[in-house]
Amino acid sequence: MTAPAIRTQSLVKRYGDKLAVAGLDLTIEVGECFGLLGPNGAGKTTTVEMIEGLTRPDSGSVELFGVPWGENRNRALQERVGVQLQDTQLADKLTVEEVLRLFRSFYRQGRGVEQLIAELDLHAERKQQYQKLSGGQKQRVALGTALAGDPELLFLDEPTTGLDPRARQALWGSVQAFQKRGRSVLITTHYMEEAAVLCDRIAVMDHGKIIALGTPRSLIDGLGLVQFVEFETKQPLDEAALSTLPVVESILRKGEGYHLRIARSLSALRIVLAELERQQLTPIGLSTHQATLDDVFLHLTGRALKAAAAEAGEPSP
Amino acid sequence: MSEDTDPPNPLKELTLARVREFLREPGYVFWVFGFPLLMAIGLGLAFRSKAPERPRIAVTNDVASDSLRVLTQSSRLQARRLTREDAERALARTKVELVVDQPNPNRPLVFKLDAGQEKALFARAIVKDVLERAAGRQDRLLIDERQLSEHGSRYVDFLLPGLIGLNLMGSSMWGIGHNLVLARKRKLLRRYAVTPMRRSHFLLSYFFSRALFLVLELAVIIGFGRLVFGTHVQGSMTALLLVAASSAAAFAAIGFLIGARLESTEVAGGWMNFVQLPMWLLSGSFFSYERFPAWLQLPIRCLPLTATNDALRRIYNESGTLASIPFELAVLAVWALLGFAIAVRAFRWQ
Repeated sequence: MTAPAIRTQSLVKRYGDKLAVAGLDLTIEVGECFGLLGPNGAGKTTTVEMIEGLTRPDSGSVELFGVPWGENRNRALQERVGVQLQDTQLADKLTVEEVLRLFRSFYRQGRGVEQLIAELDLHAERKQQYQKLSGGQKQRVALGTALAGDPELLFLDEPTTGLDPRARQALWGSVQAFQKRGRSVLITTHYMEEAAVLCDRIAVMDHGKIIALGTPRSLIDGLGLVQFVEFETKQPLDEAALSTLPVVESILRKGEGYHLRIARSLSALRIVLAELERQQLTPIGLSTHQATLDDVFLHLTGRALKAAAAEAGEPSP
Repeated sequence: MSEDTDPPNPLKELTLARVREFLREPGYVFWVFGFPLLMAIGLGLAFRSKAPERPRIAVTNDVASDSLRVLTQSSRLQARRLTREDAERALARTKVELVVDQPNPNRPLVFKLDAGQEKALFARAIVKDVLERAAGRQDRLLIDERQLSEHGSRYVDFLLPGLIGLNLMGSSMWGIGHNLVLARKRKLLRRYAVTPMRRSHFLLSYFFSRALFLVLELAVIIGFGRLVFGTHVQGSMTALLLVAASSAAAFAAIGFLIGARLESTEVAGGWMNFVQLPMWLLSGSFFSYERFPAWLQLPIRCLPLTATNDALRRIYNESGTLASIPFELAVLAVWALLGFAIAVRAFRWQ
């Protein structure tokens, strides 16, 4: 039986008083794309950097392909992984192909520069200096440096943060192409959509712990047969009266508005609207939607992901 | 298909990256190549040897006409004819160094001057000599004079090795210290740390790129000195290269030390200046450090820039060999070895 691509046991990391990662057990199989989800400050980056061998855990163990990082630097293991770190800025004055050739030179085996340029669609930019590239192009070059050693395992730490939808989709395409070759990926993101598109399995992290683990589908289905209703009202509504309705599962205040989880049926919606009418309230900006991973996060933590990101000082996506 | 048939060499690529980054930054290129040449031109011209200025004197209208003619026509003086009142005012305002007067035509000439001024004494000596010679005095002693204009003893000969020293210090420290701190700040060092890149290759790439630029820097300054000021390296070029390399190694070690941990380029810049400023002042790049008090001489000679300047001058201007500069070579070696030993231990990739 082949060893999993990643196995961590009781991984712990503390920064001063703050417990950044609080005993994490993860197993990621070869060929799997695994997503680590959560707001900023959840401990995703610390976790990934311990797995990459960049940060030493306070306790617990990390094995890649059954091999622990060990006390000293393990160059043999580094040959097998490709890493894209959050906010690395490559050398400003080097051109795209120079950067790719430089990173390619660090590995015994790898993908040729021409091949990388073709795969990442960087033909037009190959002679351009890194400093002149757009955010999306820079991220593609960063991905190129991670792929230069033709890794078996790829780490991506928030690869599409701050990118426009087109650049994001282009990057997703490259990751999917990599995964199709049977390689493994560990990706962190706070975009639920990204996780839903790319990942076979997802772990939702908050405050250094995994609070849910499964396929995107199973996590959504875990919420039950529900739908979500959002609206605002001019006057505060009588939450107690609303919550006594059997179709209403939960009520969350979101600023001026409300976020209701109710049974997935038309009649349930009708009952809720009738109750609002009885309270002589007119819902403003009423919308309903099926459950998404965002709702999973909201349900698990009581906080919307965007709000949680904002708490951590992150501009909301 | 995923195999790369001709994988690039990491040491070559890292070194090329260093060189490209440098050459594509016009600011660096100016400070390393342009600045020392401007300094050489500016200071070389400002301090070029020239004949001392002719003394300025005033001759009053009352001076007898033969004396008046002798003084105003002498090529060794700048003489003006003024009224007594104007002459005295000119003296008070130091527009002239000496006034020649003759209030009574039957009495000898009168010199008016500030005897505390060196220039006035010089003027007096010249005026006297001019008048005496006009009156028929002959030199009784034959003296052979030799003018000091031999290569190797002018100010610019002193200056050029000092500029090379300053350049070695600046480019080695900034080129390495600043570059490392910038790479750490941009999280590029961490990015390298997760690749199988050999740390020794990383270090050596700095070594090789510095060595390459060292040769270029030397060539530019030495070539410029030769072309513009006619200076020559009188000792062996190999010895000069070896001194320059030792010096670059010493300064590179200090640059590494400063760049070993810092994450802010501003803080690194501060440290760099803190280290360099005393050497700018003390190490005798522009003027001899021998004017500093005796107890300071040994500490000054132990500074890497002093050792560099002294060793370069010995070779450049005095045909010195490596055997003639054991102290300087030892100083540079100690700085280099000690600096690297500490820097390697202290170094942080993140």
